[in-house]
Amino acid sequence: MISRRKLIGSLAAGAGGLILSGCNRINADPRVRSMLQSAEGLTMRAQRLITDRTALAREFDAADLSPLFRSNGTRKPAGTAYETHLRAGFADWRLVVDGLVARPLSLSLGQIRSLPRRTQITRHDCVEGWSAIGQWTGAPLKLLLDMAGLRSSARYLIFHCADRYAQGDYYESIDLIDAFHPQTILAWGLNGQPLPVGNGAPLRLRVERQLGYKHAKYVQRIEAVESLSAHGRGKGGYWEDYYDYAWYAGI
Amino acid sequence: MTEQGQQDGAAPRGGDLVRRHRTSTRLWHWINAFTIFTMLMSGLMIFNAHPRLYWGQYGANTDRAWLQIGSAGGRGVLIVGGEAYDTTGVLGVWEDRDGIERRRAFPWWATIPSNYSLADARIWHFFFAWVLVLSAATYLVASLVNRHLQRDLLPRAAELHPSHVWHDIRDHLRLRFPRGAAAARYGILQKLAYVGVILGLIPLLILTGLTMSPGVNAAWPWLVDLFGGRQSARSIHFLCAAAMLLFILVHLLMVLLSGPLNQLRAMITGAYRLPREKER
Repeated sequence: MISRRKLIGSLAAGAGGLILSGCNRINADPRVRSMLQSAEGLTMRAQRLITDRTALAREFDAADLSPLFRSNGTRKPAGTAYETHLRAGFADWRLVVDGLVARPLSLSLGQIRSLPRRTQITRHDCVEGWSAIGQWTGAPLKLLLDMAGLRSSARYLIFHCADRYAQGDYYESIDLIDAFHPQTILAWGLNGQPLPVGNGAPLRLRVERQLGYKHAKYVQRIEAVESLSAHGRGKGGYWEDYYDYAWYAGI
Repeated sequence: MTEQGQQDGAAPRGGDLVRRHRTSTRLWHWINAFTIFTMLMSGLMIFNAHPRLYWGQYGANTDRAWLQIGSAGGRGVLIVGGEAYDTTGVLGVWEDRDGIERRRAFPWWATIPSNYSLADARIWHFFFAWVLVLSAATYLVASLVNRHLQRDLLPRAAELHPSHVWHDIRDHLRLRFPRGAAAARYGILQKLAYVGVILGLIPLLILTGLTMSPGVNAAWPWLVDLFGGRQSARSIHFLCAAAMLLFILVHLLMVLLSGPLNQLRAMITGAYRLPREKER
């Protein structure tokens, strides 16, 4: 009985300690964090295993559009360089595709707009919890990758952006399963208009089966790489590097 | 039920020590106690990132929310269905441990972690989501195989008769709990509560959680249709979590009222002393 009472007592004390002061210490413990974060890889592999890798995100009708597609994160990149591009209607904006490619590209917005386009009405899900439905028009990423000729060693694409946050430049990355997905586009239009500044003008990534922070805005360079470890802090994105958001944002 | 009389073959009576809960039940109970507590608290932190709920496919700041928690003029407000309630100190506006005023929906003592971090809350939530899914599935299969579900948990037709249910409700309200051999079985209200959680709330929480995943949405669009849209699924997820919290509070109250040490021992070691029949 004594041992049971001791057990009950220590259980109660453990729970109490956890509630009162231990929570933040436990949350900050690197061993606990790495154990908890191990579920992230499991989630990605499980989702990819039991669902169709080429499944399309639902496409809606014009009647389903959100009345207003809100802007989040960077509303407008700071600095004179972006301001100059904006005033010039992005006439001199170039999208560079380089890294592990056979033929590096430097494309103007006009060239990208003249490529075969894809228009899709999809739901955008922010990691915060809100959703908005918008109509996106842009160039399928696959076209650009085929033009550049991806080398066989390339495993990821890094999207370098024109906006800067407190800790560093915004960037994001996806793997080739998402890169070659038919709904993955570099969008230059939203709801029939040129992409607004608040939503990533002049170019943003749409990677429809993942959460909003993967949809890099203000994209100026796409770099094909073998590994994510050499960029930023090596976790594949700004939010991943500095705040421990999951690299795979499928849930 | 695996009750055992003290004497060979004799029916157990008040005062006897019987084996009340199986190992699988006890194990799952304590895994759940920790898992659900962690998921509720990390879930409230995730809610804090966007403390508004909607019905339908989409919903963001300029769309109509049926529930929102926020602050106005330095006061905390909960708005449900158009009615505003002052919740200063608890929801919307509250003081943290250091006495600093914070403007977030749920207060530090209700969330994991206690300082605002959506990323950290997601790490906790999705780790324990795996624990919840795997342990619930294992328990369900085990309970079907050892017939715990069919024998002890699913109500019999006679028990569902309104007069029987009404009788049990009246007994609960008078705090008259079963004694003797009857205390080794679940009453109808207990059965409905446990079956409701095991076959209702937990599956609903898991399915509505999966429905919020854009990856799962693409593969299984029927899930989104089942709940009427991603934002509806998010609302139902929140309501089920609230129902789970209500269940836990009532469950703990019942344990306290019906001999907490005896109940606690039964859920730790399995041994339960049947309450003695009242002397007439």
